[in-house]
Amino acid sequence: MIWQFNLIILGFLIMAAIMSLKVTDLLSASMIFGIYSFLMCLLWAAMGAVDVAFTEAAVGAGASTVFLVATVYSTKRKSSD
Amino acid sequence: MILVDFIVSRFNYWIYIILMMMGLFAMIAKKNLIKKLIGMSIFQTAIILFFVSIGVKEGSTIPILAHEAAHDPAHQQAAPLTEKGEGHIQNGKGRDALRAEDYANPLPHVLMLTAIVVGVATLGVGLAVVQKLHQEFGSIEEPEILAKIDSDDG
Repeated sequence: MIWQFNLIILGFLIMAAIMSLKVTDLLSASMIFGIYSFLMCLLWAAMGAVDVAFTEAAVGAGASTVFLVATVYSTKRKSSD
Repeated sequence: MILVDFIVSRFNYWIYIILMMMGLFAMIAKKNLIKKLIGMSIFQTAIILFFVSIGVKEGSTIPILAHEAAHDPAHQQAAPLTEKGEGHIQNGKGRDALRAEDYANPLPHVLMLTAIVVGVATLGVGLAVVQKLHQEFGSIEEPEILAKIDSDDG
């Protein structure tokens, strides 16, 4: 585990989490949540948890984002907060 | 200096606490139901980050046995990348003995593999409920849904 690499990813992770909760467009929030999941997957791969990393990449980032986009498509795109 | 070491060597844990609190805040304070579910997912991944951080060891590699590679002189470089050298030491019987400290602890990884799948299933059920609520009330904002439920009762 290279700590500089780790620290940069953790910084991006915090930014992605804040952005996905702050943005009022729900499609953008879903996409930024996908970015968050892929950053988390990168972090776990760097920490030596490769099995967790590829499960997160396939299931967490892939399937979750598809579910969120499908729900936003069939409901509303605007959020009040 | 001790304080700096204490903070820097554990920044995974600090970030995990920050992410968990952000997820908890979103679940409580956001009015949009999809935002609440995104907050729930952030909470889950923060807890998984904590558990995976427990299994990390200094200078360890991924928990896959590199036994064949250590025997083959041509692949000597492919043996576990540690500062202590090879992942194997000779014991009295002339066979290689594995050193557990050269590999990350795989037990938290295996437990968290289940947690990821369960988390996605939870998110899917939550989003299905949100779609049903939108069909029923025409809104995904919590105050509007509550107001409609109140006006239907009265």
